[in-house]
Amino acid sequence: MKKEKIFELLVLLEQDARQSHEKLAMMLDLTIEEVKEAIDRLEKEKVILRYPALINWDKIQGDDNVTAMIDVKVTPQRDKGFDEIAERIYRFPEVKSVYLMSGAYDLSVTIEGKTVREVAFFVSQKLATLDNVISTATHFILKTYKHDGVVYDQQDGDRRMVVSP
Amino acid sequence: MNRRLSKTIQSIPPSGIRKYFDLANTMEDVISLGVGEPDFVTPWSIREASISTMERGYTTYTSNSGLPELRYEIANYLDQSFHVMYNDHKEILVTVGASEAIDIALRAIMDPGDEVLIVEPCYVSYEPVVKLAGGVAVSVPSTMETGFKLTAEALEQKITPQSKAVIFCYPNNPTGATMTREDWEPIVRLIEKHDLLVLSDEIYAELSYDEPHFSFASIPGMKDRTILISGFSKAFAMTGWRIGYAAGPEDLISAMTKIHQYTMLCAPIMGQWAAVEALRSGMRLKDEMVMSYRQRRNYVSKAFQQIGLDCLVPEGAFYAFPSIRFTGLTSDQFAEQLITHSRVAAVPGHVFGQGGEGHIRCSYATSMENLEKAIERIDQFLRLRT
Repeated sequence: MKKEKIFELLVLLEQDARQSHEKLAMMLDLTIEEVKEAIDRLEKEKVILRYPALINWDKIQGDDNVTAMIDVKVTPQRDKGFDEIAERIYRFPEVKSVYLMSGAYDLSVTIEGKTVREVAFFVSQKLATLDNVISTATHFILKTYKHDGVVYDQQDGDRRMVVSP
Repeated sequence: MNRRLSKTIQSIPPSGIRKYFDLANTMEDVISLGVGEPDFVTPWSIREASISTMERGYTTYTSNSGLPELRYEIANYLDQSFHVMYNDHKEILVTVGASEAIDIALRAIMDPGDEVLIVEPCYVSYEPVVKLAGGVAVSVPSTMETGFKLTAEALEQKITPQSKAVIFCYPNNPTGATMTREDWEPIVRLIEKHDLLVLSDEIYAELSYDEPHFSFASIPGMKDRTILISGFSKAFAMTGWRIGYAAGPEDLISAMTKIHQYTMLCAPIMGQWAAVEALRSGMRLKDEMVMSYRQRRNYVSKAFQQIGLDCLVPEGAFYAFPSIRFTGLTSDQFAEQLITHSRVAAVPGHVFGQGGEGHIRCSYATSMENLEKAIERIDQFLRLRT
């Protein structure tokens, strides 16, 4: 399958992973078998890693989970660079994401916990104490406006005239 | 006859679309496939650029011809994309939408009694605007049998000594048809033979899905007799900004500019700066929108086939034009019953002129969710009828 079609397929799946193979095939002018085969291959190659749903947890009553983004400065290891320390960090289930960054710090780590105290405890007892971690700076997320290209409080409907030439 | 009004305006019937607009507005849960504008909002970077110019006080008139920055970008764009070169000082005019460009082009070239050959089915404004310019509108039908492409035979049948110009739009509203260089060749010979002027409405040029758009003005010898009309409404989702342009030989553009300077003075400056941003930085965003239209085109074409509607695969624009003849209904009856019984709004083909009767225009400038629901409803409607 052409590279452009693969790209389009991935963009469509990223927008809505629930779309059926038939619908994807129709949109991409492919057969259902071609779509199925491409998806299978992309899953095996770990290009497609998972099919999560994007949840607005703020709308769930009683859910007071806290998310923090932590800037972590580390000393990279000889012959291993940042990979090993990043792996030690992302193994913790509380850690939702880890990115290697350019700029004033090295790793951006996202952590979820039930309370501020729990997150603070994790940072001070589990993260900051790791070998090769020089310093951490913790920022708590207060409100999500937009995530993964989705605006959380999208109000606008279709403003167009219902029929036009 | 109302003596207070001109005879010309009284001879022009109201738009056939109005009836469906009014119907749809009285009903709940209508899925509209009748919208002739993108379902995208103008990309934020284009809006932001225009807002920024307003904040800095750019709220004045511009040169009648348009901002020099915009004319430069348009000339560059036409050269890079469609291989037709225009002098940005003398051969480009920025207008209030492509609609104004069509209007003043006709007013610039017509004398009373001149005939304009209009390739139909077509945009609803062409015939009224020809009449308002004092001309005579002559319909040149295209049909499903010829892929809704203009043929030399159809054109030649309608040419008379009074024929002054021909107007066409490819990619086409409402049929989605396009024309290749090979399709144009016999028509070019005819146009040269009868010394016709050409108004080539290329507003949907960027919405060409299978082959890149081929501009009529790029054919050797045609640039000098062609007014190329386009704009930003469809490609960049800038319908409300009202920014279009005409590109053509100096004498025609100069004449159009004369009318424009007395009637409009200039296109809105904030829209013009938005258009500059669109051409400088908006092409990738435009490509993303076009990709989305193409996917929906693919889906709608196949879905119509599956439910038994005979429909050519549209090659451009964002309309499908299926035939509904097999139902025995007129296009008007079909559209009315479809909205009344199934709450799907589509535009009957007859409002677009000859060749349109027996078809409905379905716009796929709407969400996939709406398209899926609409097709389900149309399928149920057809099953009840047959």
